[in-house]
Amino acid sequence: MKALLLLLSLPTLAAAAPDPAALARGEALFHRPFDSGWSCATCHTADPRQPGRHTVTGRALLPLAPAVNPARFSDAAKVDKWFRRNCRDVLGRECSAQEKADLTAWLRSLPAETQP
Amino acid sequence: MSRAAPVCLILLCSAVAPRALADGRATRTPPPAAYVEECGACHVPYPARGLAAADWAQLMGRLERHFGSDASLEPALAAQITAWLQANAGRGPAQAAAAEPPRLTRAAWFLREHDELPQRLRVAAEVKSAANCGACHRGATEGRYSEHEVRLPGAATLPSDGDRP
Repeated sequence: MKALLLLLSLPTLAAAAPDPAALARGEALFHRPFDSGWSCATCHTADPRQPGRHTVTGRALLPLAPAVNPARFSDAAKVDKWFRRNCRDVLGRECSAQEKADLTAWLRSLPAETQP
Repeated sequence: MSRAAPVCLILLCSAVAPRALADGRATRTPPPAAYVEECGACHVPYPARGLAAADWAQLMGRLERHFGSDASLEPALAAQITAWLQANAGRGPAQAAAAEPPRLTRAAWFLREHDELPQRLRVAAEVKSAANCGACHRGATEGRYSEHEVRLPGAATLPSDGDRP
């Protein structure tokens, strides 16, 4: 029985481990400037563990990385709303499910401490 | 006279009284939480009295193109915010007929209140834009714009002038 439980839990553990390719795509998308002249980093800074600043209004933004701001990605409606708006602003279109998955995977993977 | 008449009078008075304060200004209803949450996410939740009702209607009617950003909202939330803006809008002339979308920073009262500020302050890195009320008005996020709470970047206070309104 124990062996069966272990076997059943293995696929779950494997799925929870971040896919390095997805992380790399997410990171690249975050930093890539688009025709709008903006990237995600324009407001959220190159290190999303840092506080950001709205590039038009100057309003302070809380960090995007869940490691330093656990409220991020905890409210599905809010996540949908901001992806919809910000992707339209930055990319000029809505982000695909793949792009959103890559971005959130990378943001979630960032450790709390700032890398040197 | 029916018994209904005094009741109607009381209702009428209670509806009118808040708008008839000593200084002639309407009572301000605090903004709904949705206004602070949604609009305040990108900028100071501007006071509703800063624009006329027609101006707010124009802005709320095209939130998906809001000064270069998509600020679209769920219809129910937008309706709730619009209702509060309409009820608490300023009485000044609307800008809605102008070619550009209405801006608080172009309203006559705004220009009058800020005409003493040098241009260098408006473009200072900490200010960024005249729409960044909180850069100088320390209570802006909570809706307080008294001159006593003004701190100009790089300067202690406004020039002393107690007589100014």
